[in-house]
Amino acid sequence: MAVVVDAASRVLVQGITGREGAFHTRRMLAAGTNVVAGTSPGKGGQTVEGVPVFDTVATAVAATGVDTAVVFVPARFARDALLEAADGGLKTAVCITEGIPVRDMTEAAAHLARRRTTLIGPNCPGIVTPGACSAGIMPAEVFCAGDVGVVSRSGTLTYEIVAGLTAVGIGQSTCIGMGGDPVHGIGFVECLELFAGDPQTAAVVLVGEIGGDDEERAAARIRDGFAKPVVAYLAGFSAPPGRRMGHAGAIVTGASGTASAKKAALEEAGVAVAASPAEVADLVRAALRQE
Amino acid sequence: MDLLEHQGKALFAAAGLPVPAGRPAGTGDAAAAVAEELGLPVAVKAQVRTGGRGKAGGVRVCRTLDEVRAAAGEILAMTVRGLAVEAVLVERAVAIAHEAYLAVVLSRVHRGPLVVFAGEGGVDVEDLARTRPEAVVRVPVDPLLGLCDYQARDVAAAAVAAAATSRTPARPTPLVEPTATAKRIAAVVHGLWRVYHDRDATLVEVNPLVITADGDVVCLDAKVTIDDNALWRHPDLAALGPEPDPRERRAREAGLSYIVLDGDIGVIGNGAGLVMSTLDQLAAAGGRAANFCDVGGGASAAAVALALELILSGPGVRAIAVNIFGGITRGEEVARGLIEALKTTPAAAGVPVYVRLAGTGAAEGRALLAAEGLVNVRLVGDVAELVRLVCAAEGA
Repeated sequence: MAVVVDAASRVLVQGITGREGAFHTRRMLAAGTNVVAGTSPGKGGQTVEGVPVFDTVATAVAATGVDTAVVFVPARFARDALLEAADGGLKTAVCITEGIPVRDMTEAAAHLARRRTTLIGPNCPGIVTPGACSAGIMPAEVFCAGDVGVVSRSGTLTYEIVAGLTAVGIGQSTCIGMGGDPVHGIGFVECLELFAGDPQTAAVVLVGEIGGDDEERAAARIRDGFAKPVVAYLAGFSAPPGRRMGHAGAIVTGASGTASAKKAALEEAGVAVAASPAEVADLVRAALRQE
Repeated sequence: MDLLEHQGKALFAAAGLPVPAGRPAGTGDAAAAVAEELGLPVAVKAQVRTGGRGKAGGVRVCRTLDEVRAAAGEILAMTVRGLAVEAVLVERAVAIAHEAYLAVVLSRVHRGPLVVFAGEGGVDVEDLARTRPEAVVRVPVDPLLGLCDYQARDVAAAAVAAAATSRTPARPTPLVEPTATAKRIAAVVHGLWRVYHDRDATLVEVNPLVITADGDVVCLDAKVTIDDNALWRHPDLAALGPEPDPRERRAREAGLSYIVLDGDIGVIGNGAGLVMSTLDQLAAAGGRAANFCDVGGGASAAAVALALELILSGPGVRAIAVNIFGGITRGEEVARGLIEALKTTPAAAGVPVYVRLAGTGAAEGRALLAAEGLVNVRLVGDVAELVRLVCAAEGA
């Protein structure tokens, strides 16, 4: 068991003929992922790394039964790619592309929600269930299979933390990079629900950063009752305060989203907050021993 | 990208929104000429890409041309929160009966646009949201349907009700024709939504939205932020941005993110989260970063070389911490870039560079750096050692 993707996932790479798409298709295949189709309008009939390329998502679905899309198409076309994935009936869309206009993303996210397509990203490193499926750009070699669920707003920082877990023999059930854009798919709260229902996951690591209120909402969810231990790491305590134009941001969130405020909220909910990425593995081990 | 008030108001006027008559000016004399054309009294307002100008004295009402000339001269010489005033906006003064707050903003919580209205305008609207949240109306807009007319009418009804009981000004003044005013406010809500949607804004804010004694509605201020990721759709707006710092522009063109701070340690890392985490660990050990550069994912040797060159060009850099966790970024590319920059940048002489390489290509990168035998480069094993050594070098 794992969450969102597993060994049975059939992966479609949208934008497979591009430089990034082709490069990461090779890496996903090397990590044991079932990449069974790609799309690139006008390039149907070609193959990339032995994977058949289709013109449209619908023809790829009909021919190969894909259920999980990984989107590498350029930012200007990402909205359309996501809408096509949802309308093609895919269960999950993982959007790696960065720099997507936020209006495009709000529209795409709303449409995917209506189609009940799970969205991960955009501007994210993807999702990995070690040994089973790597949908995205995370380096498979830092992971090992185990029972800790990881969800993160960051990329490289996550690899660092996961490598630290792996180094001391703590494996991961599924690792989700939710991405850093203001409008994104599943966040901490949704991932906590998924991990709560996953028998393989024994503990959860949250990797957060300044801005927004995802961490505060996660803290509220954990305070309401969460049966598994949670360890967090937060980045941005020393970040220079950004200039802010209007007042609307503060009105919407009601707080400034500082690292200190997030740390306080999480600790109040009983979450152990690590002082450094290296400390995460120690706290996870301690939490699992207490179980 | 934040627009200046007069740029935002030009978008408002093009969308049919009511704004005061006015024009920007770059000198005291030019401001006086605009005031003469508009008729006195006028408001002279600092044009600066940040908030807080009112509290800093950047908005004055002037009754004579001499006052306009003097006020414009003083305001043009001001900085607000460290940013230079770029121009003044000279506007015909408006007789205010009621002030309100109205905005359309991207809400992370709602994953979409949100109309925000408060019946008590002015600068301290965040405090109102905190102390009396019920006084703030929030209307989420469905991104696929857009603003519905009933939503605009709801906001207008709230505005008219608030005006009837308003505490700004101290004495409530009944509206002459509440129905007509409500229609004007609903039209303003629609207009702001059009600017927000059609121009790819993430914030369109009017504070204050003014109701005059005879029931007219005027957008007295305009704060507009355009989504940087969508500027390619709006070349006319892209041209309105401030002149970027040349170093920051070079960094951006190379796909790097370069930020200047005020300490004495230069920091290079890959990925925003990893860089932030490195800065945090430095700060916790008593170190202060002079600047940092995020080389992002999959950086080439040339990009890393530029990063080091930019870091060295910053004032007061006494030591450099390089923290790379390779994923798509390859350790040997990083090493090649560091070697190239250290050999060709004169400023590198005598500045110790502590390098932590982990992940993809780390062993190859460490071998390249070791083989080069550069005197000021020291390879370290982990982040704790990196932080300890660079802070010691900073204090030396």
